[in-house]
Amino acid sequence: MNRRKFLTILGSAGILQTLGSAKVSKAGTHSFPYYENSVGVLHDTVRCIGCRKCEAACQKVNNLPKPKKPFADLSVTNKKRRTTAYEWTVVNKYDVNGKPFFRKLQCFHCNDPACAAACFARCFSKLPDGAVVYDGSQCVGCRYCMVACPFNIPGFQYDLAWDPLVQKCTFCEPRMKQGLLPGCVEACPMDALTFGKRSDLINIARQRIKNNPGVYVDYVYGEHDAGGTAWMVLAPAAGASGGPVDEAPIAGKELKQLGLDPALGNSPMAELTYGALGAVPMIVAFWPVLFGGAYAITKRREAMNKAAMEKNAQEMKDDLVAAVDAAVRKIEETEGPAAADRARRAMTEALKARDKDASAHGEDK
Amino acid sequence: MEHQSIVIPNKDKLFNLEPLLTKTPGNIITWIILSVGLIITIIRFTVGIGAVANLDDYQPWGLWIGFDLLCGVCLAAGGYFTTVAVYVMGMKHFHSAVRPAVTTAFLGYLFVVVALLYDLGHPLRLPYMFFFPGTTSVLFEVGLCVATYVTVLFIEFSIAPVEWLSCKFPWILPLRKWLIKITIILTIFGVTLSTLHQSSLGSLYLIAPEKLHPLWYSPFMPMFFFVSSMAAGASMVIFEGMFAHKGVHQYMDATHLREADSVVLGFAKAASFILFAYFMLKFIDVLVQANFHYIFSGYGLWWLVEMFGFVLLPAFLYAKGSNEGNVQLCRYTSALTVCGIVLNRFNVSMIAFNYNLPSELRYFPSIWEICISMFVVTMIVTAYRFIVYNMPVLYEHPDFKGDEH
Repeated sequence: MNRRKFLTILGSAGILQTLGSAKVSKAGTHSFPYYENSVGVLHDTVRCIGCRKCEAACQKVNNLPKPKKPFADLSVTNKKRRTTAYEWTVVNKYDVNGKPFFRKLQCFHCNDPACAAACFARCFSKLPDGAVVYDGSQCVGCRYCMVACPFNIPGFQYDLAWDPLVQKCTFCEPRMKQGLLPGCVEACPMDALTFGKRSDLINIARQRIKNNPGVYVDYVYGEHDAGGTAWMVLAPAAGASGGPVDEAPIAGKELKQLGLDPALGNSPMAELTYGALGAVPMIVAFWPVLFGGAYAITKRREAMNKAAMEKNAQEMKDDLVAAVDAAVRKIEETEGPAAADRARRAMTEALKARDKDASAHGEDK
Repeated sequence: MEHQSIVIPNKDKLFNLEPLLTKTPGNIITWIILSVGLIITIIRFTVGIGAVANLDDYQPWGLWIGFDLLCGVCLAAGGYFTTVAVYVMGMKHFHSAVRPAVTTAFLGYLFVVVALLYDLGHPLRLPYMFFFPGTTSVLFEVGLCVATYVTVLFIEFSIAPVEWLSCKFPWILPLRKWLIKITIILTIFGVTLSTLHQSSLGSLYLIAPEKLHPLWYSPFMPMFFFVSSMAAGASMVIFEGMFAHKGVHQYMDATHLREADSVVLGFAKAASFILFAYFMLKFIDVLVQANFHYIFSGYGLWWLVEMFGFVLLPAFLYAKGSNEGNVQLCRYTSALTVCGIVLNRFNVSMIAFNYNLPSELRYFPSIWEICISMFVVTMIVTAYRFIVYNMPVLYEHPDFKGDEH
């Protein structure tokens, strides 16, 4: 092998290694594509009057079971309800700085959804139009998506024995494909739900905050929260005292009162797991080497111990033979060869008996 | 000689079932639990999860995941812990602990999968994760590792049934030689898989920081779960040994009995170190994350109970027991540690989960969920007893005596 050939081999080995590690790092930090032209909805809680028309529309267009209490009964909004497998959107009343406000709850359709990252059978997908949809045909029913969702949205059909599935708002994906608005948006009499391109909605929201000083808190919930969501919320600044705010985002207090979590952070929830997932290839690579090495050390130590013990035993044997020889010679000198012969025989027999004894003991061990 | 008292199945009488079928109080309780469990099983699979469980949309993972899966996997860690100690680290004087540990680990994992089927909406679709692999999911990694590790444990364990059946079917004997040859590979493979999924059980909750109380939520949860699984593995070997000495003493041979005390003391010492390390890790974590102020709340008090009563106390007791050669103390401590592990997993999965929900929306397992969990534990114990009565687990089979492995 000449120098040039050697370098070529070395080079290709290096490239292979780089390719390998690039693949690994990609696998460790997967993220969902961001769709620039995706749509969303801006929910203005200042405009919302809690009429539940959106709930009724949702039930109708999605063929969901009718609730026990009619949609005209507005008292149900007093209870803090959540979305379930059969109610994909609910309107609750919240007390913001002492004044009542209503907020509609439904899937936020995250840019990088936690449910989709958590699903181990790939049931969820983020579509280019912005909707996060679920295909139950390969759902195992593990409900990890429900653990993962930071907004407590997906519901499970615990009452079904044969085909229980996770259910949630679909952004009326079938209607959007036909060019129709989502059922709830269409039904809203107060224009509290604004449908549009997500990037436009953010501008509209900012404009509304600017044009109505003191009405809204200066924060568009969902613009960045949990990595950004397609559905965004404008929160009221009702009677907010202008005192110092120690929480980030600045609107923390009002958002909390509105049942929104201001502490989700600006990264997708799934990113919290990518560090752990990225460590997997490391462990797969290093553990066998580490434990294989430990095994080799153990083996070597055992072999060395065995050799040392054998050497010891041989030395002891040699010592014994030398001692017997010396004793016999001494006896020969003082008492003559006949006595020496007798002594040698006696000593040899005694040693043999001792060996036998020792080995019998050893077997038991 | 020393095998005289042990019933060893032979060609003509392959099964030793009397101990399972005689009318002793233990057996009667076992039958009752198994039949009740069977009835609930039928209800669960014909009427739905909601008919037997208190699970809801806020608490999609309850007792079946918190106990059967999280605790089941963690408490089956004795398998990798013991095999690594004996085969990799060369602690040959613990050799008699390997087979019981591998047996319980295998049964533990097998029944984790069985229990999981109750919790899944579509149990038959469990293999779908291999057809539609969601590689971004921590659960996918857990599933993949557990599936592989069950297989590894089955192969590791299978040497006992092979020895048992070889008297009737001598043609399976070559399998035994082959199994012994790959022991070390299986051991290293097993510890790699265990490291991955034991820690991943902690990673499962990384995605929900808003739901889990900050004293339990930590970016280091995978490490906490792995380190505590080592303590659980060591403790479970001692804990099971305690019951085995009471229940199936007559199936232990002289070697097992002679080594038993040194196994207890050795594992107690190891567990003591691990628990101390775990305590320090948790303590540093609270300081680093600036969560110290939470300690002065209700949950903080509960956290202190867990950390001092079920981590630091057993660490001290183990140290004292192993130092003084007090086997009995080590055994009681192992029970305390096992309770501590269960408590920790309950805290993460149920008690400190959804901590900011109003109490009327919080979850408490239904009596039927508890029954199913008891049913699963009883199935494990019964399967363990069947294996011990028939297969060379607690004794060396006379046909293979002195055959080093």
